[in-house]
Amino acid sequence: MRRDADQPGPPVPAAAIRTTCPYCGVGCGVLATPDGRGGATIAGDPSHPANLGRLCSKGAALGETLGLGSRVLHPLRRTESGGYERVGWEVALDAVADGLKGVIATHGPDAVAFYLSGQLLTEDYYAANKLMKGFIGSPHVDTNSRLCMASTVAGQRRVFGSDTVPGSYEDLDSADLIVLVGSNTAWCHPVLFRRMQQNRAQRGARIVVIDPRATATGEDVDRVLRLAPGSDTLLFAGLLVHLADHGLTDTHYLARHVEGYDAALANAREIAPSLAAVARGTGLDETEIAAFYAIWSETPAVVTAWSQGVNQSAQGTDKVAAILHCHLATGRIGKPGCGPFSLTGQPNAMGGREVGGLANMLAAHMGYAPAEIDRVQRFWNAPRMAQAEGLKAVAMMEAVEAGRIRALWVMATNPAVSLPRADRVRAALAGLDLFVVSENVLSNDTLSAKPHLILPAAAWGEKDGTVTNSERRISRQRAFLPLPGEVRPDWWIIAQVAKRLGFADAFAHAGPAEIYAEHAALSAFENEGRRDFDIGAHAGLTKRAYDALQPVQWPAPAGQPLGTPRLFAQGGFFTTDGRARMAPLATPALASATSEALPLLLNTGRLRDHWHTMTRTGLSPRLSAHSAEPSVQIHPEDARCHGLTEGSFARIANDHGSVVLKVALDPGMTRGSLFAPIHWSAETASHARIGAAVQAVCDPWSGQPEMKATPSSVEPVTYAAQGFVLSREDFALPEGSWWSRLAVEGGEARLFATDAGPAELMDAVRARFEEADLTEMVDMAGGAYRCAVIRDGRLLAALFLAPFGGLPLWDSVKRAFADPAALPDNRLALLAGRSLDGMADAGPTVCACFGVGLAAIRAAFAGGAASPDEIGQQLKAGTNCGSCLPEIRRIGAQARATVAA
Amino acid sequence: MAEPLVIVGKGMAATRLVEELGQRALGRHAIAVIGEEPRLAYNRVLLSPLLAGEIAEADIELKPAAWWRVRGVSTFYGRGVTAIDRAAKTVTLADGALLPYGKLVLATGSKPVRPPLPGIDLPGVMTFRDMADVRTLRDRARSGARIVVIGGGLLGIEAAYGLSRSGGRVTLLHLVDRLMERQLDADGAALLAEALALRGIDLRLGAATRGFVGRDHVEAVELQDGPVLPADLVVVAIGVRPHAELARAAGLGVDRGILVDDGLATSDPDIFAIGECAQHDGSVYGLVEPAYEQARVLASRLAGEPAHYRGSLLATNLKVSGIGVFSAGEFEAGEGAQTILLRDRATGLYRKFVIRDGRLAGCVLVGDTQGALFYLRLIRSGQDISAIRSELPFGEPYCLAEAA
Repeated sequence: MRRDADQPGPPVPAAAIRTTCPYCGVGCGVLATPDGRGGATIAGDPSHPANLGRLCSKGAALGETLGLGSRVLHPLRRTESGGYERVGWEVALDAVADGLKGVIATHGPDAVAFYLSGQLLTEDYYAANKLMKGFIGSPHVDTNSRLCMASTVAGQRRVFGSDTVPGSYEDLDSADLIVLVGSNTAWCHPVLFRRMQQNRAQRGARIVVIDPRATATGEDVDRVLRLAPGSDTLLFAGLLVHLADHGLTDTHYLARHVEGYDAALANAREIAPSLAAVARGTGLDETEIAAFYAIWSETPAVVTAWSQGVNQSAQGTDKVAAILHCHLATGRIGKPGCGPFSLTGQPNAMGGREVGGLANMLAAHMGYAPAEIDRVQRFWNAPRMAQAEGLKAVAMMEAVEAGRIRALWVMATNPAVSLPRADRVRAALAGLDLFVVSENVLSNDTLSAKPHLILPAAAWGEKDGTVTNSERRISRQRAFLPLPGEVRPDWWIIAQVAKRLGFADAFAHAGPAEIYAEHAALSAFENEGRRDFDIGAHAGLTKRAYDALQPVQWPAPAGQPLGTPRLFAQGGFFTTDGRARMAPLATPALASATSEALPLLLNTGRLRDHWHTMTRTGLSPRLSAHSAEPSVQIHPEDARCHGLTEGSFARIANDHGSVVLKVALDPGMTRGSLFAPIHWSAETASHARIGAAVQAVCDPWSGQPEMKATPSSVEPVTYAAQGFVLSREDFALPEGSWWSRLAVEGGEARLFATDAGPAELMDAVRARFEEADLTEMVDMAGGAYRCAVIRDGRLLAALFLAPFGGLPLWDSVKRAFADPAALPDNRLALLAGRSLDGMADAGPTVCACFGVGLAAIRAAFAGGAASPDEIGQQLKAGTNCGSCLPEIRRIGAQARATVAA
Repeated sequence: MAEPLVIVGKGMAATRLVEELGQRALGRHAIAVIGEEPRLAYNRVLLSPLLAGEIAEADIELKPAAWWRVRGVSTFYGRGVTAIDRAAKTVTLADGALLPYGKLVLATGSKPVRPPLPGIDLPGVMTFRDMADVRTLRDRARSGARIVVIGGGLLGIEAAYGLSRSGGRVTLLHLVDRLMERQLDADGAALLAEALALRGIDLRLGAATRGFVGRDHVEAVELQDGPVLPADLVVVAIGVRPHAELARAAGLGVDRGILVDDGLATSDPDIFAIGECAQHDGSVYGLVEPAYEQARVLASRLAGEPAHYRGSLLATNLKVSGIGVFSAGEFEAGEGAQTILLRDRATGLYRKFVIRDGRLAGCVLVGDTQGALFYLRLIRSGQDISAIRSELPFGEPYCLAEAA
């Protein structure tokens, strides 16, 4: 059963370092082999239980994202004039400490807050949490995990008494039914989705997808329920009623291990009095609902997994609870192949939860009960303990705006992009008395709010510590690159500030191993099995043992170093009486209703090949090719009603803010809804900060904002012309232009649309570059301008402009940009945008792992390939992470339809 | 019996006429060709590369002697025609011989203009028209002579380039401020000027010649605004004038050239004129392509087929190796016309397209003339190019790919 212990695994290159991927919560093992020049070769770790050697497109491209070009390498201090000067660490750390002391002296510790991140390592998180809650004495530590899975935390704590994911990834291999709720698993957790599909192919497991949107995940599964946004609780309340009415509950389990079932069932009957009521509320057919209830009821080995579609909701906690209720009622929990399963979005969201990085937790899964405060105080020997729950992310930013928080230290996250009402957040940050940001990059939207200090923090590949994935598995993330410049790990920065605040003794750790050992000791401190999070087995871990630590699932109490794959099969919940708690749920409803002025619901989420604000994935040309521009997906009928066409532009607006995105018609969208990606920021696009148009209505329990259903308006935006710029240096587009940046081989590109004419762009080009280096095509009357800037046989930049609707091709310029050898002898030919040597337009990238474009796949299908398997054999496409398999399948279906027609 | 057809002139137009007749009406006429130069017809267009030493004399021969023999053509070389007796339907040769004709074709070509400037008759002030000129010029150039070429049109530029290539120290004078002003726009001409300068030619634009000085031989060229340019040799290449004296003397209608109708007939229905000596619809063409078109039309008519000459759209090709220059149709966008420009400064590539009513009305190609024929075809056909507008500048393959 256990895969993590003492498994020899296949041979690994001698220089390879075992680490974990910095992206989603799957927590894949990665083998990184440094090349000695600052880069590394990346491969999946076949011995890591999370991925068994697989990587998704994003993980596979990690090697492309290791450059230092965008990094901040030295501490920077804001000057009087608003610029930045490089300062030494001593100066920077003193300034942070003095600033904190000043704010605390004037306004008290409650005016100080940390905003942390699921990308911090557990050790960094621990140090920050300890400093704030035990030594500064403020409870205001929250994290971007608030936006990710706070509702799961709240739901699990309410029902289980603890924030415990009961199952293991192995359950996905042995389940007979996997239900994915509000989870585009194929794109967001591709390695797990392949595991599920393998189970389906080899064991005949069935997969049901529940999502308002037709996603890639739903393209090759057994059943898709396109329910109305916000109706998940209704669907699962109806399932509970169905289970009860058909005598399908596990009465023995309920009787022994669950409290509150009767009230919860009564409440479920109120919410879902009949199948017809469920159908009305969810917008589904009674028959499809009945079929789903039947298959769920009849399949003991059922995993119900969920992601942000459930969490990012003003009723997220209830949605989670509604799912947990069904599993408890059937006793389908903690056994092989079944259980509720939260799929986390961030590499160390779980680790952050474990140390107490959320404002409503104290430390090591302890809350703010007096005994818990006392216990942690004694363990830390802390002088000034926080006494009550702190402000959760959205409330924290409101406190910043209101001036109640005067000092904020942001680490490893970009709240000016990702939080709801992001424009207000950005403005609020600029008003802080002390604003400190620990960052990897030199420039982002949060940094544009002008922190007083920018502290260069270690990035993935440089930092060393542990992370916990969605199945409670703690893995080492190991450094394989040296710290560049004056970059330091986050824990070190925090400890140095702590020392300057007078807490040197409590932050005297020599390295992450000592922090981890202390964290482990705290988890076991006066635990005696009363708290789920116990890694007492690691309390005395030496540095050597820490460095050799094998991936292990907590709890791993003293004497049980091999960990625990599953919990709760025999009850044993972390409540006072050991029984789970079912409680009534609120009537399902969206936080905000649409109106005549705001007729559409704006849903936000991830794309396949990008992660968060693209600071890393945006560096990879391969990953950037899948979705080159920020688009809004809309149903063709809605588009028609609002005057939008494919490839045009739309302004999405509401009371909070607005964005302008490219229009992508998608019949898979539910009527009345919009979907926009979360990835673009002011760094990467002119008008695509989607967070600015997201409401800040939060779940009352979890504080997680409803980011997937903001009532919005949509209207067409027109531009006279569109084009692209490739450049190695900065080039300013005319004021008012719409643009979006992406990485290409050799530099960066911007796709743009503008009302500026050819003359204006020509002038801008000539002002920026030497006229002697220019190769130009000028068609003033035709509204076209194309130029290439070539010096010493090297293409430095290129700009193409065409009237709107005629976006010029850029293949030949892109090739010449990547490779000077591709510069044609006749440089005018470059401006044709394509060459005639058979290198046809590859089309958008479908398989990011192997860089296979749409054209090649279409050609292979046209040439007789019958299945995605054969495409894989011919082109390798889809054979690595498999996240493009749905797309390949769709291309194949189109090809067959074309032939048939 | 075959009708006697006498062709006066043995240049490119005449040769082509014989060739076309051979294809359409072999044996219908007894053809006699009369030419002043004592040699087989040659490709005058290639005199410039010959001067530059890029090709050999043998390379420019149009047809071998056997070719003429096979076609039964009587050739009278080395003697011109002195008179036409239209009533008797005979021509008189320089040696007094009389040739009767049924049909007479005048393909007498043109002669260089020699402006009436002081010193124009000094030895060493030459023109550049025939093989003999080439030999003289080449000999002088090879000795490193200081040569002033007057005229920045096609011929002057080619002469200057050829002389420079052969070793001459060449100064090129042009009256107006841009080269080839009748074929090129300012930008195209400037690029051409740069390219010539790079090839060692001292170019002076806006240079008006006052006269030539020298005792027994030209020694210098005086310019209007003062400067005096020492010169061992002067080549005047400011244009050509139709060779129409013979026709005028015979009482045929002559303006600048011999007036012809759409059937290439002069005012005498049995006498025709083609090539540079002819004037059709107000135009006298100084290029070979219209002459070839006229030869084709005339051959058809002489073969009894209906054919009409409707005038030619001029396309200019500069034959200077490494500096392609092509110009056809409108080269400046006038009222109602639009321009597409392509320019690569570093390599001196330049393309300009003039679009009128969605049709290609003209183009200028400098530095690289690839696609010239394609554009010429588009201009002549007047087809709508809106659908290929953005591919047009890159040549036919891109346009075809777009259409496909």
